[in-house]
Order: sequence, then structure tokens, then C-alpha cells
Amino acid sequence: MQNRPPKSWRDAVEHEINIPDQPILATDKVRYVGEALAVIVAESRYLAEDAAELIEVDLEPLPAVATVDMALATDAPKVHDDLKSNVVARLRIRKGDAAGILASGVRSIRHRFTNHRYLAMPIECRGVVSQYDSRSDSLTIWSSTQVVHWVRREVAVRLGLPESRVRCIAPDVGGGFGVKGHVYPEDVLIPYLARRLGRPVKWIEDRHEHLLNSTHARDDRHDVEVAFDDKGRILAIRDNFVKDSGAYTPVGIGAPSNTIAHLLGPYDIPHLEAAATVVVTNKTPNAPYRGSGRPEGVFVMERLMDLVARELGMDPVELRLRNMIPPERMPYSVGIPYRDGVPVVYDSGDFPAALHEAINALGGLEAIRAEQRAAWAEGRFLGLGVASFVEGTGAGPFEGATVRIDPSGEIFVATGACAQGQGHETIFAQVAADEWGVTPDQVTVSIADTGSIALGYGTIASRSAVNSSSAIRKASAVLRQKVFAIAGHLLECAIEDLELRDGRVSVKGVPTMSISLAEIAQAARPGWDHRRPPGMSGGLEVTEYFEPPTVTWAYATHAALVEIDRITGAPIIRKYVVVHDSGVLINPKLADGQVLGGVCQGIGGGLLEEVIYDQDGQLLTGSLMDYLVPTASDMPPIEVIHRETPSPLNELGVKGLGEGGAIAPPVAIANAVCDALRPAGYEIFATPIRRSEILKAIDKILG
Amino acid sequence: MTELHKIRVEVNGALVERTVEPRRLLSDFLREDLGLTGTHVGCEQGICGACTILLNGRAARSCLIFAVQVDGAKVMTIEGLSNSGAVRHLQDLFSKHRALQCGYCTPGMIVVAYDLLQHLPSPTAQEIRDGMSAALCRCTGYVGIIEAVTEAARERVAAVDCATPVHMTSD
Amino acid sequence: MKPAPFNYRAPDKLTEALDLLATYGSDAKVLAGGQSLVPAMNFRLNRFALLIDINRIRELEYIRIDGQVLRIGALTRHRDIEMSPLVREHAPLVAEAVRHVAHLPIRTRGTIGGSLSHADPAAESPAIVLALDGTLVLQSRTGARSVRATEFFQGMFSTALQPNELLVEIQLPVAQPGQRFAFEEVSRRRGDFAIVGVGAMVNLQHGRISQARFAACGVGTGPVRLRAAEQLLEQQVPTAALFARAAAAAAAAVDPQTDIHADAEYRRRLLAGLVERVGMRAAGLSEGAKRD
Repeated sequence: MQNRPPKSWRDAVEHEINIPDQPILATDKVRYVGEALAVIVAESRYLAEDAAELIEVDLEPLPAVATVDMALATDAPKVHDDLKSNVVARLRIRKGDAAGILASGVRSIRHRFTNHRYLAMPIECRGVVSQYDSRSDSLTIWSSTQVVHWVRREVAVRLGLPESRVRCIAPDVGGGFGVKGHVYPEDVLIPYLARRLGRPVKWIEDRHEHLLNSTHARDDRHDVEVAFDDKGRILAIRDNFVKDSGAYTPVGIGAPSNTIAHLLGPYDIPHLEAAATVVVTNKTPNAPYRGSGRPEGVFVMERLMDLVARELGMDPVELRLRNMIPPERMPYSVGIPYRDGVPVVYDSGDFPAALHEAINALGGLEAIRAEQRAAWAEGRFLGLGVASFVEGTGAGPFEGATVRIDPSGEIFVATGACAQGQGHETIFAQVAADEWGVTPDQVTVSIADTGSIALGYGTIASRSAVNSSSAIRKASAVLRQKVFAIAGHLLECAIEDLELRDGRVSVKGVPTMSISLAEIAQAARPGWDHRRPPGMSGGLEVTEYFEPPTVTWAYATHAALVEIDRITGAPIIRKYVVVHDSGVLINPKLADGQVLGGVCQGIGGGLLEEVIYDQDGQLLTGSLMDYLVPTASDMPPIEVIHRETPSPLNELGVKGLGEGGAIAPPVAIANAVCDALRPAGYEIFATPIRRSEILKAIDKILG
Repeated sequence: MTELHKIRVEVNGALVERTVEPRRLLSDFLREDLGLTGTHVGCEQGICGACTILLNGRAARSCLIFAVQVDGAKVMTIEGLSNSGAVRHLQDLFSKHRALQCGYCTPGMIVVAYDLLQHLPSPTAQEIRDGMSAALCRCTGYVGIIEAVTEAARERVAAVDCATPVHMTSD
Repeated sequence: MKPAPFNYRAPDKLTEALDLLATYGSDAKVLAGGQSLVPAMNFRLNRFALLIDINRIRELEYIRIDGQVLRIGALTRHRDIEMSPLVREHAPLVAEAVRHVAHLPIRTRGTIGGSLSHADPAAESPAIVLALDGTLVLQSRTGARSVRATEFFQGMFSTALQPNELLVEIQLPVAQPGQRFAFEEVSRRRGDFAIVGVGAMVNLQHGRISQARFAACGVGTGPVRLRAAEQLLEQQVPTAALFARAAAAAAAAVDPQTDIHADAEYRRRLLAGLVERVGMRAAGLSEGAKRD
């Protein structure tokens, strides 16, 4: 299984995992509203929906388990009858002795924090098309997935076909953000039907199905204690949290283990105890979405920072600086394991510098505080919110690349990444072009097609720029040896004397003595009259797999200046600043796009977007009238500042950046709102941020 | 069985005749019956804007109109606007400002932007933001989209000030 | 999300449409702009034997002045109302409010008659017609009747329309010298239905409010006239303190719904804020509108 954590993790983390299987179609029990229990094949979607209305289902209503409290009650009905309880996983990680510190009489506070359920909502819904070829007993699947190789494997296993008879392609996917990052029942069901019926079968998810049935995200509740001293040093954190997984856990314990691994953030905190309880309920399954567990942990940590600062009468910015890991301590070993089983070591960066830079971009702390005091004096409410975080990116275990030089001299690259608009084709062409001294338009990139490369992992977890780029570089390096050997043979010189320049291999210092990649490719062709050195095999094609030692650590500080509308309670973001470091940027414009898009989703998650269920497990937000995605009018002025500290963990020095933008906005805005309403002592402990609650705080101030 | 209706409609300047069921949505008619898949479908409830087309010269949601209703009307899709060159410059500006990532919302965004600039020849920054709120993008955070439309509007105003013909004309 | 099957007629004359309504009654559904109806059909939330598409009845699409009455044909699109110089001059409240109706591509299709007939409690048009004390003309095969807005709206998605009747015209009194108008709303996002919206007419004569008309959407099962506020304002000299009192009175008198977007208390609170803001603006005590 793609999901299963490695043995080194299993050895390092106290855990108990009983992940239930998700059926392709529900049989004796339907576990959430939206779970498919029948499939209709018709010649049009209209007819299929007509037919669906004719199906009579004999359903016996069972008591609903609609919340984690209902799931954990002693007499709770079981969502899965074959499990002992509704708890499907427990994880616990310890560093130092948090319990001992908290019991030692030092200052501490305790709070409960709730991250609400929201979701990815790409504008293109999911879809699967499959065609069966009876002559070869093989299936082609076009799925809007982020993980073509995983789909291929799951279909092959479930339908009893060798993987070589299943091809999965994900062409031009309209947004993913994680929700398309695992195998869904439809990915298996549609190919099954195509094979069974001997005709192509198409399923295009509609928005209603998407809201009911594509995975939701976030949704956890933390009970946290934090110990600190009078100087503002955080001494220990203990966090027990419960994650509402919905009816199934398609991506296992990925998100909660991320929450734990990212909880301490950029801070040097000696003692940690973090425990997750993953619970099943009668809701849509919960799976990773942009940030995957990180926004939840960062919300907790960054709210705590402000709350501790308040306890001590200290500026939250100052409190952060006192606890941040200084750059001279990098690389910094945190003392807990990552999800890949490797101990967490922040590889490079300067956390305090990012914080300073963000504050300065808003005018500097003194000026902001002066403006805030002036606003308060006028009866206006202005606040500064800051959120700093770290982000493990570029997760393994591997990604591959095939690099080939065609007889035309053009470079062909295939890799297991699957793009949904990030610009993979662009950056992989750039990387390959740099490797071969050609221009990007001389590179053809094939992604998201199991027919192009044998093994792949897919695009999740901010991993493709790191892993696929590194694989392209690695494969290019191996292929270059062969290219140079042939060039040396043709130019009659030593390989050490050769260099790549403008699509040609030339003798160093003698640019006139050169040979084009096309000529080398023709020389390398198998068959008669080739011009390879004796004993060398034909063709110019290499496949290599890059296996990163562990994740690279991106980090950022988000800072927001927020003013509250006194009539509506709406937080108006006057300016939002992101200082982001994801190592060397392959393409700064595309990097901006990733950060900005993430911030927009984070703002949506903080202020607008909310999946709501009633106590019977009925979804109340089943349309885009009720689930509110931010529009152009909801976006504040944003400044993105990149820092580029190279990662030492790959030759390109890159770190991942797909998710980072979405992690901090909810808590940065929450902190700003609380800061603005400090005269009322207003504190936010749950997302989304509610205007109605803000108005109550204003009433309190104005009497 | 419901009665079928024969419709004649001008799509992207060419007259087409088809027989349709009354319930067939214009978005499906364009995509499936005419193969004009540039019109995208994102919600079928008029919120996301991906299916926006021009009906008799004005932007409208094709998922909220039945094909049978456009009998005798003029429909312009992103294909027609593209091929005629009417939105060529907007498309270039979208590219320049990275106003798209996955591209799924883009046809609707272009139609919305085109309609907005027809409706308000010199929109304010707020009017651009409000106007472009008629379509959802989940990738870009709208920053590039707003920049692209702002530049298009600025150029238009400059062009009008110089009394030169405006290039973007309606169908 | 595809509609259930239905039969379809698109008469181009009003009389034909009324004949069809007379024949089919509640088995038929009238399709105007379709911007609320078609989403519901796509969700299969409603079904009927016959869809009567009135979009071809051009005689229902007009804006004209008739003495002291502004007549708007029921099929007039929000976008045309928005751009109409007649509306801007004679019904400035309508011109201001209509810009809050969804987005431009929705206003292209959506009609004022459709919006009023649908009677969504969060919609702007019903509140505006109520604030202006408009009259609605309902026609059936047997004749026409005029219904005042105060009687037309009868609760959640419910109106005085009979199954055989069609709303054909909206009549609004033209603005008189001294009358000042303002509309504002708060919605979750630009273009969404209002959480709360307030439209106001304040008639200032010799420094006093001779007449006040306030109506709101989003604070009841339909549009709500804010009579408590009106009574408090009339015959008074407008001041900030007066509008604050009127706002409190308006908020105390309504019984808003709680839904996923806002609870009753928040709606009441918003209503008070908007009554104050709109009233101050209409009375010329504050400049411009600050939109949420």
C-alpha cells in the first residue's frame, strides 16, 4: 500500500492502526451520506439520473455517529462492525518529558482548539473514463488523479490483471490540491464496468457528488497544555487531539502524523508529547488537502504563541523571536521522527529573518503598533497577525525519470509526477534544458502516464519539484556519460576534455571541435552502421529513480494587517505578506502562483469555507451556494517575498512549495483579529473565524 | 417520452440545426452535441462561471439555459471568441500575468472579462474585482487574473483616448 | 445534476402563456430568467409536466414612465434595469439595489418578475418593491388584478400568485422632490444573496423627515417593512442619535431565521447597523456607501 508508513516509523512511534477497507460500492451498510451503493450505466448522464430515481433502496436507518464525541461515547454505535471501536488509529510521539515539566509548577495554560472541516474544491470535478481492449485483455484509464501509478496498481490488484495490462493517464487535470491524491472507488469501478461491458465507460463527477463524495479535510480538536517561563521561553507542549476521519481513512494516518511532526514549527522547544486519536464517523472520508494536517497543527501552535504572549504582556512577535531556532543552529535536529521514519532535521534556513522581513513589509513593528493605538483611539479595530511555520516537503520514497535523446537531438523526459496546473511541464523542461545545454522548447515532457515510465509515485505532498527534478538530473547525469563516451569516440578525445554547450558536446576551449546531440543520437542508434564505441549498447535512454534521504524543510512567515468592519464584524485584510523559503526556485513566477493560490485557499478556509453536518450526519453544505469558495473580491492585497536558502538534501537545492501558502492564513488572520480586539480580551479557539462572534466582542468593548 | 424540439441557432457565426430534448442544458448541447468543449462545466448551478458564454452578445451561464431556449439566438463560445481574434489580446495578457494554472476556469474567465470590458469600458479597480467575482478560480488566487484584466482595461482607455478603434468588438 | 424530463412551450404572446397556465395550472412551471429555477431543476428538487418559457414574450420586457408611475415589465432583465437611465432617474433605489443582485452574467438572464415571483427572503428586489410601496399586476386568462407589495409577499417562497396567474408588471411610484434613497446589504461574498439588506426612502421636507420607508431582506420569511423604524423617524429632525434609535427599534421588531450562513442574533445586529447606515446616507448625514 502506498499509505503504509515504513518500518523505521513503525519502530519509532507508539501506534495502533486498524484502518478499515473502503468498499467499491456499499453492500450491507452505508456509512455516510453520498456513499455509492449502486451504479447505473446509460448512454447519457440524463438517462442515468432518471434510472437512479427508479432504484428503490431498502434502507434501515441506524443511529448516526455524527461527531467525534458521539463516536467516542461508551455506548457509541460502531461505524465498522468488525472493529473494536470507532477508533481506527492512535499515535503518540514524545520528546523529553512534557508531563514532568507541566507537573513541575511552572507557568502553563491549557486550551481546546478546533479546526473545522473544509476541502479542496478544484473547479474541475473528478472523472474517470476507461476503455477495454478485449484482444489484449488490457485497460486504459483516463482519470483526473494525482497518482496514476497508484490507480494502475489498485485496478490491477482488484481486477486481477498484471500491471502491464493497465495503463492510467491523467491528462490536463483541472486542479487537485490533494483531493485527487488517492485512489477512489470510481477509479476501480469504471474500468471494471468497461471490461465487463466491452464498451468505453465514462463517469464525470458533478458538483453535488463532489461535495458529498470526494474527500473532505482538516477537522480535528486539540486539548493542549503549554508550559513557559517568565522570559517567554516555551518549555513544553502536550497536545492530545482527535481527528474526525469520516467513514473511512483513504490515506491512513498521513494527516495526523503531519500534524504532530509540524507542531513545534520553527521553535526550539525541549519537551513535547503529542498524541492523535483517529476516529471514524458517519461522514464523508477525510483525506489530505493542501497542507494535510499542517494547517491544523500550525493553528494550534501559532494561537498558543499569541496566547502565551498575552499572558506575559509581551508582543507576540517578540515571543516568537525568543523561541525561534537561530540560523546558526541549522541544521537543527528536532528530536522526533518524520512520517518516513527518519528523524526530523530542519535542513537549512533562517526563521527569524523571515519573521523580521514579514513585519518590515508591513511597515515595521513600531509603526504598526503606533497605527494600532491610533485606530483604537478613534474607535477602530486594527490588528497584526503573524504565523510562522515549517513544512516538510519533497517527501519520498521516490520518483523516477526517463531521459531520452531522440535522433532529432530533442530531449524527451518522462516522470511519474502528475500535474494539475502547477507548471510541471515548464519546470521539468527547464531542469532538463539546463542539464543538456538546450532551450526548454527543445524538451518534450511526458507526465501522468504509466505508459511513459514504469514506476511512479505521483504528485502529492509538495514533492514533485524536488523528486522529479532530481530524478531528471540523476538520469541525465548517467545518460551524459554515454553521450560523452560516444562524443569522445567520434571527436577522438578524452571524455574529461568534453563539455556540453548549446546543445552540442564540444572540446573544452575548442568550441569549433564539437558535435550536436542529434549527431550523437544518430551515432548511438542500434543497428547497422552505428558509430558507438565498441561494446556499448544502442540507444540514448536512461531511467533513474531518485530516493530522497528524507524531506526538505521549507518555512515561512505570514503576516496580516486586519481591520474589523464595525457593522458587519468582517475582518478586512488590509495587507497580507508572505515570506516564504522553499530553497532554490526553479521558476519564480510559477512559485508565486503556488503561494498566492495557497493563500487564497487558506483565506477561504479561515473565513468562508465550511462543511457543515447536522446531528444526523446529513450534509448541509451540498452546493456551491452553501459552501463558499473565495472570489476575486475576497482577496486582499498580497505581497510574496521569496527567500532562497538551498536545501543540502538534493543537488538542485530545491524544496517543495505547493502547499505552504494554504497552511498559515487561518491562524494569521485569527491572530490579527484577536490582536485588533485585544481591548475585549477576545480570543479565537476555533475556525472558521465568525463575524457574529467578532461583533459580540466589539459590543463588549463599546459597552 | 417528452417531445423533441428542432432548434436553429447561430453558434460562433455558423447556423446549426439540431433536435433536442427540452431538458438538455445549453452547456451539454455545446460540449456534447457540437463538440465545443471549451465551455467548461464546474457546478451546474450558476456559481462557478466556468460555463459562461455570450448569448446574443451578453455573458450568461450556459448551465442555466436549456438548449431549446436558444432557438433563433446567437451563441458565442470561447472557441468563437478565440478564432475571431476578439479575445486574443486578453488571452495574451492572461498568459503574461500567469492568470491561469490548471486552466479549467479560464474559458469562463475570459468570457466574463470580455463582457465586463464591453459593459464598463473604463472600469475602476473595484469594478474589475467585483466583475471578475462572477467566476471562480481555485488555483491562482486571482492575482494574475486581476492584473491581466486591469491591463486590458488600461490599454482600452488609452486606445479610446487616442481615438483609435477599439479592437475588442462584440460579435 | 441533470433535470428530470419535462415538456416545453415557449409562447411569444402573453395570451398564449395565460392559456397554458389556465390549462395546466400547478402542473406547469413558468420559466423566466431561470437563474434560481434551473439550479433547482438540475438538483431535481422540483418537477412538473410542462415548462412554460416566457422569454419570448417581448411585450413583457419594457421600462416606461406613465405619469407618476414607473412601469417595469416582469420579464425585464436585472441588467437592463441596472443600465436604464429611466430607472436611475425615477427609481434610484432600484438602480442602486439591482447592482447587488448576483453577478453580471446572472443579471443578464435574471428578471425582476422572476425574482419577485420566486420570493426568496434573501433577495433584494422584493425588499425594494416593498420599500417603494410598489404594486404588482397579476394576470390570468380571465383578467388582471393589482396587488400591493405589502399583500403580494406571503412568506417563504410564497406569494399571492395563483397557479393560473402570471406576474406581468411592476409599478413603482416615481421619485418625488425631497425623497432620498439608499440601499446596502451585507453578504458573505460579493454577489451572494444578502444575509441582510436594507433599502430606504426618506422624504425630507423643511429639515424634517416627512415620510420614511424602510424594508429589509434576510430578516424574515419574506421581505419585511420596518414600520417600527419608520414611525420613530417620521416628523423628526434627522440626527445620528435618531437613526441609532430607529435601528434599535427595527432590530427589536424582526424575527429573523437562523441558517448556516448567519444566526438570528447576527442578522438582527446587521439589520440595526444597516438601518443606521442607510438612514444616515439617505438623510444626507453621511457620505457614500462603504460596502462590505
